[in-house]
Amino acid sequence: MSTAPAEVKEPGTGEVTDVDLPWKVIVWNDPINLMSYVTFVFQKLFGYSHEKAHKLMLDVHQKGKAVVSHGPREKAELDVFRLHEHGLWATMEHDS
Amino acid sequence: MGDDGARQLSPLFNRRLIRWDSRAGVFRVEMDSRLREVLRELMQQFLSMLDDPDSPVLKRVFPPAYSDPAHVALQDEYRRLTQEDLVERRRVEVQTVLDSVEARVLSEEQVLAWSRAVNGLRLALGTYLDVKEEEPIRMPRNAEESAYQWLSWLLEETVEALSGKT
Repeated sequence: MSTAPAEVKEPGTGEVTDVDLPWKVIVWNDPINLMSYVTFVFQKLFGYSHEKAHKLMLDVHQKGKAVVSHGPREKAELDVFRLHEHGLWATMEHDS
Repeated sequence: MGDDGARQLSPLFNRRLIRWDSRAGVFRVEMDSRLREVLRELMQQFLSMLDDPDSPVLKRVFPPAYSDPAHVALQDEYRRLTQEDLVERRRVEVQTVLDSVEARVLSEEQVLAWSRAVNGLRLALGTYLDVKEEEPIRMPRNAEESAYQWLSWLLEETVEALSGKT
């Protein structure tokens, strides 16, 4: 494992992003995924009750997106990966 | 989000395709040979589509990980580390469906693979058809719409069966 400072120089922008800042994982509404399937995936991946997963799914559907997890970059990337594995439209961004 | 497709179109589709049999502890598939042949055909096509994972029609199957398009380096790294794995997992799931397409009884693991494979192909077909939010359900106009609606019904059935178990 590298002990170098966890900074990534973004090409083009000249901006330095501190990847150690906390990240949040967002699931976006899309016209393809089924409500029942999204609810099921939330239960399976995050261990939520049906009620909590259903409420989160409705947030995605009605508000266009919902935050499903927070954490350091490695955890956020793993959550994004698991959501992608299940076909959900998930991305991560800094938790500001 | 999407809807359960063909099931809303006709009472002919208002029946179970997959159900959890709690007494036997298995999932039972109640599809006739014609539907199984359609599923096999569609999954074979999906398998060949996966040979070109950068194809625009698969952009929802393999989406970017970072919200901000300026995170180019991080996105490239995510793709480099995960793309091959995600493609391989899809292939394995699709192969699981092909290997069990004639089965009357499925394990939970197989039904989970069915759900991810069916949803993956729905994402590709929905992208190709440019499906929009809250579109009124109507009779399919071509083979792709027909396949999309049928797969939506099958996925809904799969999720209901899996949810019935828990």
